[in-house]
Amino acid sequence: MTARDRRAAWLHVAVLGGLLALQAVLPPFHHTMVARIMVLAAFAVGYNLLLGYTGLMSLGHAMFFAAGVYGAGLPVYYAGLGAGPAMALGTLAGVVLAALVGLLVLRTSGVAFLIVTMMFAQVFFLAALYFNPITGGDQGLVLTGRLPPVHLLGLELTAASPAVKYNVAWAVLAAGLLVAFGLVRSPAGRVLVAIRENEERTRMLGYNIFAYKWLAFVTAGGIAALAGAAYALLFSYVGATFASILYSIYPLLWTLMGGVGTTLGPLVGTGVMTYVVDVASGVTTSYLLVVGAVLVLLIMRLPAGVMGGVRHRWWRWLP
Amino acid sequence: MITAGHLFLALLEGLVSGLVLALTALGLSLVFGVMRIVNVAHGEFFMLGAVIAWFFSTTLGSFGLALVAAPLAVGAVALAADRLVLRPVRYAPEATIVATIGLLYILQQLVLMVYGPYARPVDAPVYFRVEFPWFGYSGYKLVVAGLAALLLGATWLVISRTRLGLYMRATQQDPDVARAFGVPTERVYAASFALGAMLTAVAGALVVPIQQAHYLMGLDALLLSFMAVIIGGLGSLRGTLAASLLIGLIDGVVSVFFSPTLAKIVASALVALVLVVRSGGLFGEGAT
Repeated sequence: MTARDRRAAWLHVAVLGGLLALQAVLPPFHHTMVARIMVLAAFAVGYNLLLGYTGLMSLGHAMFFAAGVYGAGLPVYYAGLGAGPAMALGTLAGVVLAALVGLLVLRTSGVAFLIVTMMFAQVFFLAALYFNPITGGDQGLVLTGRLPPVHLLGLELTAASPAVKYNVAWAVLAAGLLVAFGLVRSPAGRVLVAIRENEERTRMLGYNIFAYKWLAFVTAGGIAALAGAAYALLFSYVGATFASILYSIYPLLWTLMGGVGTTLGPLVGTGVMTYVVDVASGVTTSYLLVVGAVLVLLIMRLPAGVMGGVRHRWWRWLP
Repeated sequence: MITAGHLFLALLEGLVSGLVLALTALGLSLVFGVMRIVNVAHGEFFMLGAVIAWFFSTTLGSFGLALVAAPLAVGAVALAADRLVLRPVRYAPEATIVATIGLLYILQQLVLMVYGPYARPVDAPVYFRVEFPWFGYSGYKLVVAGLAALLLGATWLVISRTRLGLYMRATQQDPDVARAFGVPTERVYAASFALGAMLTAVAGALVVPIQQAHYLMGLDALLLSFMAVIIGGLGSLRGTLAASLLIGLIDGVVSVFFSPTLAKIVASALVALVLVVRSGGLFGEGAT
């Protein structure tokens, strides 16, 4: 580990420690908000592996989040599965889906990749609507009261308890960041960045481009599904909305806001935008106007995002 | 029991929706071909065309006037978007995609704010029925098909016979060489973007008497045009035209006999697979 890596690792530990300590002082409303933000930030952290480190712009990442949502939520709703196995099943569903879809979509690049990922996500979304009797379609299914409590060290833990929500959300974010940080710092991560910078040259150097892209795609899909599974269980809701195009655009927005190709950027972006959208939706029903305006402003005025700006100005060592 | 009447109805419906789709998709294809950008906000121009047509035909009482006013208004919006957003990001592919996603939400939500979440119809300007041996058919739909075909022909004339069309084709082939020969490429970009938006807006205005105007109607238009442009080969106008008619006909037939959602699922999956196998599309030259 170089000094630069050590500094970066300490920063991540400090950020995660800070978030863990924050729950002691947050008022109830913000307590739940930050829990939501941490789960959604994990989703964005995975997406950033594709956009920020491999240079692949996907418009279909919602399908993996939704795979986690349904993979965890449906067994709980229909079979009364416990929280642990449900989370594992949800994550597995996303990994398998990403492995299969990745084999197909990674044959394309650029514009075609963007459209193909969008089309596959649309197939997933429409299928969720079509199998309405099982999935609940647009209306979705409410899981409240169906998830059996988990017994750990003599404590009874339920998803309804704010403390459980917060700490599970924190664990999901920590796991996502750990995997992402680990991948980015590994030799495979260097190859991903090389692919982003110059795909042809990396191929000439003898690397199997397809295999590395696939690794990134499956990892990103798995993290998205983990976040989706946690989101369904913690907030007791399963629905087709999570597979819609908006949920593919959100991680793009959060990642751009926080800084493409920075490990902490997605967390910052998700935090800022979730609060902005929350405030806007209290003011008007047309709150997605804010999403549009922020996207346009970001791409025109601050293409590097918040953390990209910080890296450029002050902390050159930021991963 | 499938009768000749059913099949004829399905084909007729397919032809009408295929021609309308061709107008929409041609706009997207034009923008992609000349400017090499993916306009994710394209469907919103369709929606804007429909909503503005509703507005003019209810306030002025003339649908014919609305049919002219809607594309002009949408063309102005497109010019403004090109000048204020796309040109400043220099039409860089990824930046443009992000910017047009932003535009999508800005336009859609502004319409929601001003027009509201309603689906509003407009009375068809002409009302007559064409009697076939099996059923009577809305005459307005045939008028829509005729107008769409006429506009497609006019667009083809503009592209193949006018100076603007020549400039557009030159820019599509090689923007640097075109610029070196004195083609004002930036103005060609602006004109192509506006022309693409106007074609789509006319299509949106034409369907208001059939489909009603709603602020979310752009997404379907966008996805269908994506399909047509992909299957037809990215950037190939003739391919887009053929694919639109094909998609319209298949959609017409499948929707008459199966669930529309299932039809959409199958169509989306097929399009994705076509792109995976042949990234240039079915009729394209294989280059993206």
